[in-house]
Amino acid sequence: MLYFTRWKATAILLTALFVCLFSVPNFFSDATRETWPTWAQRHLVLGLDLQGGSHLLLEVDSNAVRKEKLEQARDDVRRVLREARIGYTGLTVRGNAVEVRLREGTDRQQALTKLRELSQPLSGVLSSTGQRSLDVSMDDTGLVRLVVTEPAIQERIRQSVDQSIQIVERRVNELGTVEPLIQRQGSDRIVVQVPGLQDPTRLKELLGKTAKLDFRMVDQSMSPEQAIQGRPPADSELLYAPAKQGRQPYLIEKRVLVSGADLTDAQPGFDQRTSEPIVSFRFNSSGARKFAQATRENVGRPFAIVLDNEVISAPVIREPILGGSGQISGNFTVEQANDLAILLRAGALPAPLTIIEERTVGPGLGQDSIEKGKLASYVGALWVVIFMLVTYGLFGLIANVAVAINVAMIFGVLSALNATLTLPGIAGIVLTVGIAVDSNVLIYERIREEIRAGRTPLNALDAGFDRALATILDTNITTFIAAAVLFFIGTGPVRGFAVTFGVGIITTVFTAFTVTRLLTAAWARWRRPKFIPI
Amino acid sequence: MSSWILIGLLGLVAVWSVVVLFWERIPHLHIVPPDTKFDFIRFRRISFPISAVLTIAAITLYFTHGLNFGIDFRGGTLIEVQSKSGPADISGMRTTLGTLNLTEFQLQQFGSPTEVLIRIAQQPGGEEGQQAAVQRVRGALGDSVEYRRVEVVGPRVSTELLSYGLIGIFVAIFGILIYLWFRFEWQFALGASIANAHDLVLTIGFMSVAQIDFDLTSIAALLTILGYSLNDTVVIYDRIRELLRRYKRMPFTDLLNASINSTLSRSIVTHLTVTLALLSLLMFGGQAIHSFTATMMFGVVLVGTYTSIFIASPLLIYLGVGEARGHAGKDDPDETEGGRNALKIAALEEQLQASKTEPAPAGDVGGNTPASASTASAPTPAPASASPGKSGKGKGGGKGGKGGGKGRR
Repeated sequence: MLYFTRWKATAILLTALFVCLFSVPNFFSDATRETWPTWAQRHLVLGLDLQGGSHLLLEVDSNAVRKEKLEQARDDVRRVLREARIGYTGLTVRGNAVEVRLREGTDRQQALTKLRELSQPLSGVLSSTGQRSLDVSMDDTGLVRLVVTEPAIQERIRQSVDQSIQIVERRVNELGTVEPLIQRQGSDRIVVQVPGLQDPTRLKELLGKTAKLDFRMVDQSMSPEQAIQGRPPADSELLYAPAKQGRQPYLIEKRVLVSGADLTDAQPGFDQRTSEPIVSFRFNSSGARKFAQATRENVGRPFAIVLDNEVISAPVIREPILGGSGQISGNFTVEQANDLAILLRAGALPAPLTIIEERTVGPGLGQDSIEKGKLASYVGALWVVIFMLVTYGLFGLIANVAVAINVAMIFGVLSALNATLTLPGIAGIVLTVGIAVDSNVLIYERIREEIRAGRTPLNALDAGFDRALATILDTNITTFIAAAVLFFIGTGPVRGFAVTFGVGIITTVFTAFTVTRLLTAAWARWRRPKFIPI
Repeated sequence: MSSWILIGLLGLVAVWSVVVLFWERIPHLHIVPPDTKFDFIRFRRISFPISAVLTIAAITLYFTHGLNFGIDFRGGTLIEVQSKSGPADISGMRTTLGTLNLTEFQLQQFGSPTEVLIRIAQQPGGEEGQQAAVQRVRGALGDSVEYRRVEVVGPRVSTELLSYGLIGIFVAIFGILIYLWFRFEWQFALGASIANAHDLVLTIGFMSVAQIDFDLTSIAALLTILGYSLNDTVVIYDRIRELLRRYKRMPFTDLLNASINSTLSRSIVTHLTVTLALLSLLMFGGQAIHSFTATMMFGVVLVGTYTSIFIASPLLIYLGVGEARGHAGKDDPDETEGGRNALKIAALEEQLQASKTEPAPAGDVGGNTPASASTASAPTPAPASASPGKSGKGKGGGKGGKGGGKGRR
């Protein structure tokens, strides 16, 4: 066990050195690192609990996506039947299906063929699944059911999350923060991590709005009060002004003249006459054409600017607006105008986002945690090192060198993985120091036993290593199982603990099997001991 | 100041290191006297009832006191604030928050007198309700405090986290059980698992008494305790297995005692080093990981050691590990200490000096060291003398283990 060929010893030392070298980039500043090649830039990232910042977990409202998908299917059915001039009654959404009853005397087969054309094959990752977006069936009474299939809905949710991530990215980037992290989590969630952000209130406001902007006509066929008491016309709906404007009701047509998707730019500014904050916007060419046409046809009538189902303002069209640009005023504060411009530029979310988890750490606590973590690590390591020296003397020194290499390797591996260091992660490293020496303790106690059993020095060393290594492997694998499980269930700081703890176990086994043995062998060759100082 | 102490200690370590490198006869600390022969196994008559009582007490506590579920699992809001002007006025803050129409909240000094921890129970109104509550608190406390930490966990996330945590613990126990079953015998796996469950139950009882917040980091602490307590148990089990192979006729209780006594020094030294590491975290690591380290300290240091010595090992008697012994073979003289005569050691010495790139030949009976392999003596293949009919229990284990031992090398 104690004999190493020259190449083997070299290989061990080189491996240890190589792994340790990965920790080097951590000692340089970001600016210095950026001049290096990319492969050398990998380094430890401080977790949000150490550097301060905000972590938000957002959930895409999948029910809204589902509902929208079904309503879209219903509108498609209506369009198809109208175009084909097929009479129908009772077009409704029921559960996961759209139901429509064909009138007596219509060509049912023709209707069915037309409706079947709505169903499209789903092109997913596995393109030849044969799944289609709709299951169309008809019973004897002429009731057609178009079931929106679950894969179609899931596909739509997936697309919505993808779109949402892009839009969230644009909105967060507008805040001018450093290195925000935006990631999908699970099927319908988005993680947003913004280092250094102290108060996420504004971020939450930006993310909490769908920012669906529509330009629609105000329905003047009856007054809003009449509509509240009676029933609004089928093609209109009642919408209200925002609370700060007194929740005034408006009767607005459902038909959208131009939507926010046609905006190319939006900037905050001030009205030249009233010097009130406004948002000025510009349409793209198709939006400009649609807007020009709508305003030409409706001079003298009011139209409404609707944001997230609230009527921001309802000005009267004085003259056709042909230039494709305009402005929105609505008693904004400067900041609100600013935010609205950001939202309009970034685009509307396909579905509302809900904040389901928030964790924010201020920079003060982060800095405290770093300092406390450092002090605890130094003190803990020193105590262990002194204790090992007192208990095993020279072999304690070997153990300490091994532990030092071990810790350097942990940092190397963590850097190579671009891992996140959290406060529990630091605790994991300190704990690893305590546990790493266990492998040495196992070996040394075994050596002591073998010496007592009457073995000669070299023989005892050899037997000690030989017998202890199996035990070391067994104990570390069981601990590693626990660390691995923790990695899979944990998030954030806890996962940081699992990572350092797990990596620590691997490096511990490595150092016990190689470094400690190598050092012991080197010492034995140097001193040719007649007696083992253990 | 503290950095000077650290540098001083570091210097001391450096000097000491040089001293031990050149002056080898420096006396060492032997925490456990070399020939300790303490009858641990007899203590099972005390330790088993004690553990039973403690386990029942822990379970009772869990149901009467309950666990102090943190927001990770119960949902709600946690806000850590630091007063910007002197010690925090907790009662004033309580009055302020009282006007906010929150369903349930607690204030507590946290660490230094300027810091206050505000816990707000889950508010009605689903996910948005929690956010609204934070908004109200921020509005009410305004700029008089610094917000050091704000954590809001909605109802959906908290339910998920709890189920993940529980699943995690069961998966870990199960995974370890399977591993031990492969490496040892099922009796060992079962014994370790019972010991493990015992550890976890007692730790949960401790958390209930100390009213430590039970959150995601507690699950981390529990899993670490699990892994670590097992670590200890496995060391003793490893030795039991080794002695089972070596001494065929030693009474099982003696064998257990021998195993525990011979690993006792290691157990204590390792626990001291872990204790030192944890103690440093507990003293200097700050409030944020205080409950984490306190839980671990209890689980690893107090319960873990006790369990592996007084519970896990004696349990093997009842699980029937030693039953097929005593008449199934005889002590293997080659492996006993008396059998290690000078001749063999000399042979090994020679072998050591020569090239030792190859371990024991593959044809060797795996449990033996290279030393005995080179001098392969006649009585060595003891397992062969076992009656085939009985090899199902203890003996079979020996063989299986040997197979594993060979594979390792």
